[in-house]
Amino acid sequence: MIEFINEHFVPAQVHIRDQKAVFERFGASWTPTQIILDPQGEEQHRTEGFLPAEDFLAQLELGLGKMEFHERHFSEAERMFRAVCDGRPDSGGAPEACYWAGVAAYKETDDPKHLGAAGALLTQRYPASEWARKASVWLH
Amino acid sequence: MASMTIAWQRDVDAALRQARESGKPVLLDFSAAPA
Repeated sequence: MIEFINEHFVPAQVHIRDQKAVFERFGASWTPTQIILDPQGEEQHRTEGFLPAEDFLAQLELGLGKMEFHERHFSEAERMFRAVCDGRPDSGGAPEACYWAGVAAYKETDDPKHLGAAGALLTQRYPASEWARKASVWLH
Repeated sequence: MASMTIAWQRDVDAALRQARESGKPVLLDFSAAPA
């Protein structure tokens, strides 16, 4: 995890004791909170509360995927989302990643079959998740 | 050899400048952990 963070991010840490104004600036109201800001400083992803390592890594990859998606780099975004959806299927972020992987593939190809495939996967693998419910509209 | 610790910066604006220059995103960690 250390290597992943140092390789992919500029890491910055803010402590409530020393930098309360930075908490207010970014609307952080609980700890731990992690925010991923793109190189232009725009927030792309936020997690609040402690996460075990596997879930935390999944959230970092999910955030990188959202950043690529926002930049309309849909192929790269899909690759990052698949890393979570397929590579960390038991993580809490996996259902969301599977959803966005389908959307990114659709955006890249303009082929709605990717939405249907994502909906089917979510229904089969994570039937109780809100992401399966969101994707259910793609099954009709 | 890979670093064994996360290279946390304490100056958020310096981190944002570095992000712009490097093209990397910032991971901003808000902590209350004891030092």
